[in-house]
Amino acid sequence: MTDRVATTLGLYPLPDWAKDELSSLKGHQKADLVDGSEGPEVRAAYERVREELIDDQREAGLDRIVEGQGRWDDWLAHPLAVHDGVETGGIVRYYDNNNFYRDPRVVDDLAADGGDVAAELDAATALLEDEESLQAVLPGPYTLADLATDEYYGDDAEFLAAIAEFLAGEVEALPEHETLFLLDPSLVTDSPEGEANERVSDAVDTVAAATDADVVLQSYWGAHEEKTYAHLMDADVDAFGFDFVAGDRDAHLYNVTEYGTKDAISVGLVDGQNTAVESPETVAERIDWVTEQIPSQTFDTVYATPNTELAYLPVSTYREKLSVLGEAVELAPETEVSA
Amino acid sequence: MARDAANREQFRPDDHDHEHFLLTSVVGSYPKPTWLNRADDLVDDPDASFDEADLEEAHDDACRLITEEHERTGLDTVVDGEMRRNEMVEFFAERIDGYEFNGPVKVWGHNYFHKPSVVEEVSYDEPWLVDEFEFTDAVAERPVKVPITGPYTLANWAFDEHYGDSEALAYDLADLVNEEIEKLVEAGARYIQIDEPALATTPDDHAIVGSCLERIVDGVPDEVRVGVHVCYGDYSRIYPELNEFPVDEVDLELCNDDYQQIETLADGEFAPDLALGVVDVHDAEVESVEEIKQNIKQGLKVVPPEQLTVSPDCGLKLLPREAAYQKTENLVTAAREVEAELDAGEIEVPARDAPTADD
Repeated sequence: MTDRVATTLGLYPLPDWAKDELSSLKGHQKADLVDGSEGPEVRAAYERVREELIDDQREAGLDRIVEGQGRWDDWLAHPLAVHDGVETGGIVRYYDNNNFYRDPRVVDDLAADGGDVAAELDAATALLEDEESLQAVLPGPYTLADLATDEYYGDDAEFLAAIAEFLAGEVEALPEHETLFLLDPSLVTDSPEGEANERVSDAVDTVAAATDADVVLQSYWGAHEEKTYAHLMDADVDAFGFDFVAGDRDAHLYNVTEYGTKDAISVGLVDGQNTAVESPETVAERIDWVTEQIPSQTFDTVYATPNTELAYLPVSTYREKLSVLGEAVELAPETEVSA
Repeated sequence: MARDAANREQFRPDDHDHEHFLLTSVVGSYPKPTWLNRADDLVDDPDASFDEADLEEAHDDACRLITEEHERTGLDTVVDGEMRRNEMVEFFAERIDGYEFNGPVKVWGHNYFHKPSVVEEVSYDEPWLVDEFEFTDAVAERPVKVPITGPYTLANWAFDEHYGDSEALAYDLADLVNEEIEKLVEAGARYIQIDEPALATTPDDHAIVGSCLERIVDGVPDEVRVGVHVCYGDYSRIYPELNEFPVDEVDLELCNDDYQQIETLADGEFAPDLALGVVDVHDAEVESVEEIKQNIKQGLKVVPPEQLTVSPDCGLKLLPREAAYQKTENLVTAAREVEAELDAGEIEVPARDAPTADD
């Protein structure tokens, strides 16, 4: 039996009231963004945001609940943007989007600080009901290193290893969680070259080893280079996540056919960057289609997700997309599909 | 191919003191007076007696104020500071059939915009800017420039629910921009600027922007000056390709990173006129006249004086109003001083296309 799990990659849009309230409380400039030292009013606003984002998922019937990351002003660079050993520099473009984050300039030892994400998930845990499962979301080590500027380690390999150790520390501090999603778009948008591929696989291992939960390494906005994928297969994760909306489907299927994949798979099937809302039936068909294309394998779990974070969307559309995912996994037959 | 840009001469003021003429201009937006922001909020307040007619009057007042403020700086061509516009994509999407709005989305930090969705084929309904132009033109003594958000940006900074092909959407929008320009030209507009900041996000699409511009200038008379503005990008990825853009002028932000990219453009082959950003719009500190003169001279590495336009890097709207004013005034003063030095032969202009000894 294949378990079909409806979940998301986190990083949700702030509710519209919170957009207004937090911009009044915090301001609009670089220096006003979250740095880990928010005052009580800002903290209280984010607590209400967290409650609402968890309610949204509960109403949509998702199988995993994320914290929603309303505080992540700097997108996936957030864990560094709040780090004591990091100075945030100018505003830089976030991938090929009309979105920006503050350049995190690593100027000191990353091992010396941490725990920001754990505090968010502790708060989220307190809001969950007994039968609900928490999902943690963090950037993958390669992506976090790619988004940052190293002004301390001075060596790519050493920097990546330090980022991986830092993330492992964050993971160790987390409360109990069922699943950990590591979001790693840079693996496909700016692929590692040569020997770096092996180091990336090791870095993912370092982070994944810090938890007993199922670990999903999800990339988006493209497909893995063959060499990168081959090395990633050595990493001890439970599933890879593929972008079937903006990525090249044939390239995904080629990699999976040539090199195999893990016992679980995560498929980005709902467009996280378009307000056109898919029907649950369409998403259910897409889940079937992907699994049918991989006849050699029976998955124990298929995670059905949006292809990207959801903060690109207006609130009304984001909520509709959550519901679509929740309904789609109910429609899909929980049986093995054989070709 | 660049158009014949001889149309710049029409903007030389009758009382211009120098032989040389560095056309001075602005990109478009300008800080709104605080009372106008209050008026924009007040019209949405159901308890206030302030209505749409009042808001219209407030917009008229603000346009008059900023147009006159531009003229006081001595600019050769002026804009109303885009006082009637909320945001560069929203404003047009509200006027083009085929768009709808679903709520604000994040750009960065707590900066949001109402990113529209294209839900059906886009089409032209009523003129977008003709009233705005006619009002400003009546107020202004100097020629008025009309900034229009370009079709590539209107296509890419929206959710596309209908076309499934942003290139096709951009071309449809380009045809609408062409229709709008035709009406603006009928109303007397002689200086149009197409704003395409989205090209900086995806510079490999320069050929699509070029094809959009072909559609935009189709049938536009030569005496109408058409420019394109791009900012905050890696220009090595769109140059020399931009030489093929069918425009009179390309306006680039270059001051922000202290002209690090000027050498990319300084190969002696730059085809259109260059509108050079000479003041930084993300730094409230006002550049001195002397500093701006040095910046203007950076532009002379790319084009000769008769092809150089002087402007800020981008819209000034995020600056404090005093800083926006002072930067603009210093920009004009610097341009006039450089003209005088050029007249006097005190500035060495790199020779271009000069016959070599072998010819």
